[in-house]
Amino acid sequence: MKDFTRRFMKNKGAVAGLLIFALVVAVAICAPLLYDMSPWMMVAEPLLTPFQDPQYPLGTDMLGRDIGAGMAYGAQVSLIISLVSTAVAVVVGVTIGAIAGYHGGWVDDLLMRITEFFQTIPQLAMAVVLVAIFTPSLYSIVGAIALVSWPPVARLVRSEFLTLRQREFVQAAVVIGLRPSRIIFTQILPNAMSSIIITASLMVATAILTESALSFLGLGDRNMMSWGFMIGAARTMLREAAWMSILPGLAILLTVLAINLIGEGLSDALNPQLRNRGEK
Amino acid sequence: MNPVTDHDSTPLLSIRGLSVRLPGSGERSHAVKDISFDLRRGEILCIVGESGSGKSISANAIMGLLPDYLRPEKGEILFDGNDLLKQSEAQLLSLRGRKIGMIFQEPMSALNPTMRIGQQIAEVMETHQVGNPAERQQRVMELLNLVGLPDPETLQHVYPFRLSGGQRQRVMIAMALALEPDILIADEPTTALDVTTQAQILTLIQKIQRSMGMGVMFITHDFGVVADIADRIIVMEKGLLVEQGSAEQILDAPAHPYTRRLIAAVPHGKAEATHLADNSAPLLEVRNLMKTYVTGGMFSKGRVVHAVNNVSFTVARGETLGIVGESGSGKSSIGKCLLKLQDVDSGEIIFAGQDIVPLSQSAFRSQRHKLQMIFQDPFASLNPRHKVGRILMDGPIANGVAPAEAERRARELLALVEMEASAFDRYPNEFSGGQRQRVGIARALALDPDLLVADESVSALDVSVQAQVLNLLQDIQLRLGVAMVFITHDLRVAAKICHKVAVMHRGQLVEYGPPEQILGNPTQAYTQSLIDAMPGKEWDRRRALTAGAAC
Repeated sequence: MKDFTRRFMKNKGAVAGLLIFALVVAVAICAPLLYDMSPWMMVAEPLLTPFQDPQYPLGTDMLGRDIGAGMAYGAQVSLIISLVSTAVAVVVGVTIGAIAGYHGGWVDDLLMRITEFFQTIPQLAMAVVLVAIFTPSLYSIVGAIALVSWPPVARLVRSEFLTLRQREFVQAAVVIGLRPSRIIFTQILPNAMSSIIITASLMVATAILTESALSFLGLGDRNMMSWGFMIGAARTMLREAAWMSILPGLAILLTVLAINLIGEGLSDALNPQLRNRGEK
Repeated sequence: MNPVTDHDSTPLLSIRGLSVRLPGSGERSHAVKDISFDLRRGEILCIVGESGSGKSISANAIMGLLPDYLRPEKGEILFDGNDLLKQSEAQLLSLRGRKIGMIFQEPMSALNPTMRIGQQIAEVMETHQVGNPAERQQRVMELLNLVGLPDPETLQHVYPFRLSGGQRQRVMIAMALALEPDILIADEPTTALDVTTQAQILTLIQKIQRSMGMGVMFITHDFGVVADIADRIIVMEKGLLVEQGSAEQILDAPAHPYTRRLIAAVPHGKAEATHLADNSAPLLEVRNLMKTYVTGGMFSKGRVVHAVNNVSFTVARGETLGIVGESGSGKSSIGKCLLKLQDVDSGEIIFAGQDIVPLSQSAFRSQRHKLQMIFQDPFASLNPRHKVGRILMDGPIANGVAPAEAERRARELLALVEMEASAFDRYPNEFSGGQRQRVGIARALALDPDLLVADESVSALDVSVQAQVLNLLQDIQLRLGVAMVFITHDLRVAAKICHKVAVMHRGQLVEYGPPEQILGNPTQAYTQSLIDAMPGKEWDRRRALTAGAAC
């Protein structure tokens, strides 16, 4: 663990990513303290440019809502939806991948055909359809994102299991009489964990993008201010008040970038033998 | 440019006081320390040592192939009057392949799988801008002929995956020889090969060396191989050069105790184990075992391989049966079938009076503790994320032993396999291959099995460590009276510890009997060819050991 921290900290990009991500998390948690009013409230003159009024440093939108408040509450929405949907997708993906990879044969065939069925439909299109059918809400959005993002995890876990299954220490576990469930949880899964963690970290970034795209298309939760919704609402005024789109856009960009940097750092720190690839 | 006329006395390559520092603060400060030796024209120089002795580091330093964290600290490598350590990468590039050729240990991964072999050989010449395409083509054919590959005309258009390990190693040799280098460095070129293939490759290297008059630097850990081909020998231990001299000198009268220890560790291929009184009913009886692999998919016609073809044998309590064969002979398939790690097509495996073939995996699980396995690769057979203690306790706990009792037993076993008690709380990566294999043996013994299956359990180990582990196995077997099926490709090893030997060839059991009969009086031509291929069989070791002890 100490080694892991040291290796992770050596990667400057990953540390920068971690700092940005920590800032986003802090803003999300402190949103109710920073802005005690709902971000939907019209609080000032419409279309204040940033830094015009010191009370609303990020300006206001066409209805006079505080963009700063929207950004802070939007961080909450983005993080909750992306983290929960990723968690659900990882649990589903690991379960299906583990069963397919461990048992092989017809079980594997069946599960992989189901996985491929999900992979053949474009992710965003399916998410749009699902949210539209189940009416936009926090739950339906989380569900839709999880449902479109588990197949890559399942395939990854399956391939890890297929190789680890053949390794001698797993065969040794069979020989000493461990049950399949114990072998999966104590022998194989811990050894597949590093690739799962890396994929999961990158899935969080994809989930933020998917959520923003859904909100942009007007399929966000009606009660929650989100970055995607802010861009969608501001797009009609892109030429008059570009900052209204640019600020939440930047928030998405930085958060996704930060998470990708963290993912890269995790990948290097968890697989130290690959760390020096590319260097001479 | 060199005025000396006497070819033989001028060293081709001369290494003076070479030291390579190891990074960090490990047990050893240097990978190699202050080594000096010469390679002369027209000789085969063998560098012998265990893994970690620095023999490969020396070879890689000559080729300029050391990884970045290893830098030669001092010393020089003189070739053609130039110090190779001071040459630029560009100068080294023109030397590699042209003046110094190299063969690697692993023929399976040393060839580019997406290139036809003729192209790969021609590429060596192309890189050094030698000849035109037609001449290169001509030369490729010559080379394929030279290394004894059949039908060069067709073979040059073949991709590496179609070739066997021995054939690939021949292609590697052809590539190394393409530009007629002055020096050929061979880093354990036969370690990954079967004995019969090894014997062929050794003869080939020797023949080519004689005809081209190259200097060959041959790196190996096996004194049997050394005895077959060396003109001069260098012995390395832990980065130091401990002894060097002519082949006769070192093989017949080794002076350094380390050399004597290495020589003593070489299994000599004489039957050794004593006989058991054949009184009890057999513990294991295998009858007409069949296992067939079908490769190929839905749309192509499958290739059928009879991995195990109608094999029958018995093992009595306390007896060791050796199953000997080359790779692909089906010997490992038998081991997997015995442990039900693999399904059986037909036949019976009667273990302690019960046929285990029809049992389901869950029905067999409760019986698994009686049948244990020691695996081949000590680096892959222990879960890297579990401490040794846990690895040893998992089995007994899964079979219903109380954790405290399992721990007590695990500590006892560590002592039995001659490991320190502190090993209990350490991870496998803190141990050497031999130590890990001891942990593997302890894990198998933790369940008090009646039968141990050891699948190539010592083949990944150095000869000296191999001897220790074999002694341990023999000792444990005497003390605990456990029966053993010992699967190996090395007839010398089988002769050392087995009561009976079964020789496998292409899935069939061709010869079966006590080792002195198999080795001394084989009835099958195949067994005879295995015996002929044993490295170092003409070298009388006892002379070396007695002479060594006398001085």
